Amino acid sequence: MLASHHSSKMNKKRFTWENTVQFFKDYGWCYAFILVPVILFVLFTVYPLVMAFIYSFQKYSVLGSEWIGLDNYRSLMDSPVFWKAMKNTLIYTVATVPVNILITLFLALMIFPLNNKSQTFFKAAFYLPGVTSGITMSLIWLWIFDPTGAGLLNAVFDFLGLDSVMWLANPDTALFSLILMTYLGAHGAGILLYLAAMGGIPKSLYEAADIDSASWWSKLKNITWPLLKPTTLYLLVMGVIASFQVFEQAYVMTMGGPNLATTTVAYLIYEHAFLSFEFGLAAAESFVLGFIIIIISVIQFKFMSSDIEY
Amino acid sequence: MATNHQQIQLQLDEKKDKQRKIFKIVGLSVIYIVLTIWAILTFVPLIWMFISSIKDTTSITQVPPQLIPDQPTLDAYRRVFDVGGFARWFLNSVIVSTILTISNVVLASLAGYAFAKLKFPGRNTIFWILLGSMMIPGQITLIPLYILIVNTFQMADTYLALVIPTLVTTANIFLARQFMASLPSTLIDAARIDACSEPKIFWKVILPMAKPGLAVLGIFTFVANWNNFFWPFLVTSSNEMRTLQVGLTSFRYQYTADYGAMMAGAVLTAIPMFIVFLALQKYFLKGITIGAVKG
Repeated sequence: MLASHHSSKMNKKRFTWENTVQFFKDYGWCYAFILVPVILFVLFTVYPLVMAFIYSFQKYSVLGSEWIGLDNYRSLMDSPVFWKAMKNTLIYTVATVPVNILITLFLALMIFPLNNKSQTFFKAAFYLPGVTSGITMSLIWLWIFDPTGAGLLNAVFDFLGLDSVMWLANPDTALFSLILMTYLGAHGAGILLYLAAMGGIPKSLYEAADIDSASWWSKLKNITWPLLKPTTLYLLVMGVIASFQVFEQAYVMTMGGPNLATTTVAYLIYEHAFLSFEFGLAAAESFVLGFIIIIISVIQFKFMSSDIEY
Repeated sequence: MATNHQQIQLQLDEKKDKQRKIFKIVGLSVIYIVLTIWAILTFVPLIWMFISSIKDTTSITQVPPQLIPDQPTLDAYRRVFDVGGFARWFLNSVIVSTILTISNVVLASLAGYAFAKLKFPGRNTIFWILLGSMMIPGQITLIPLYILIVNTFQMADTYLALVIPTLVTTANIFLARQFMASLPSTLIDAARIDACSEPKIFWKVILPMAKPGLAVLGIFTFVANWNNFFWPFLVTSSNEMRTLQVGLTSFRYQYTADYGAMMAGAVLTAIPMFIVFLALQKYFLKGITIGAVKG
């Protein structure tokens, strides 16, 4: 039924009633299977994408928007708040993504040589915290960072004889606090990906290295790390994309403050769109953000995949 | 002389072996210790949430904090329910996550099957457009989507608004295509020769083989939607329509000082996911590698 390609080729040449009927007989079900997803995609991705582009050149109003050309983009470039948000987002990304990938790799390297039972145990242990929501984690850390001595972190500092820190209430430490909580976050998913990749590395490579009595470090540097590059790249791209859109922590814990210290680009978009209803400006911001994310992803692919061979 | 030399060599080898063994044991012990410490550290926030949720209002603000509450109480949990709405939020989360799980499994598996195993004009073009759209960050489409749902469709504060944009996600279609592609085509061809209709092939041949993959897809979708915050936060305004995550953030501002109730609410929100994880552990631990890049 689907194999009758002959009729479809004819169909391309001439549109007759029979050919159309035959086309539907051949491919009707194929299109039926993808119909709903495609409609949803057009309605909830393509249409919004086009509209976002249009809004970004408008001063939005429910009663009738006004075309203002590049004014939204221009006012972004002139806005110190936007650059501050950009800087915060960059600092957050640079301080969280590479460090968390290293922590993930480090944990995976330690789990890999263990026996099956221990592997499963640690995989589960590191995965479990990851099923809690960002909101839950933000509330817990809000409490851990409590500026009084009742906050867990300050209690630890008191115990160690250190001075209490204001953490989220101090512009100098607020962003750092949000970064800190990611280090103790869940690395389970990344660990699983690394372990799967490590399992795929041929044993013969290590045996050959053993004959040359290579050190642990040299095996890691010359065999494991290069062959894990695709996984590292995947985690890097995904990590950067996610951290460029970080919102929940800033919303729940700090409301972007104090003094804009934790205002990220995603938080700024939320503020402009849904607190001051400047949809046009917010759309322009989202395009700048999207553009940067795509550029960074492409660079990472170019940079990281250049020497992957296997 | 020669034998003597050999003997020395043998002794040296033995010594080396012994050294290696000790080295291995020491190495493994270090590994276990470091892994255990790090695992405990990542559990500290969760443990602290539990401990804080069973303290009373005075002991929770005590300095230094009690690591084990001397008078554990479920009072904070009562305050969670006193504020009103928590049970309803819970129900809403169950409803929304369940609908989205079912719709994603059904729609993504059909589309994934079509993209993986059927040949039709435009298949690759459509698939690449879908795949490419995954690069677009959510913030871009969010604002027009909000205007469309809330202003144009007038759906604000309804279940429909909560579920409609993500009835099927591109990521899930991609995941479904990945594992559908790995199923053997011979069975499908055989069924086709027997003149089975396409829906029948899907139902009788594909679904039984794709079950483990679909289970993973469903579980991940459920967890993701249970934990989803931003969209429900935007489109709900009444207390009755909030999901758990949205309701939970309102605690932050209702109870600025009542961390006990906040932590109790957090526990009640997180526990269903812990249960899902512990019950379906093998799907979580094997599932993530299905759709990911080959590495």
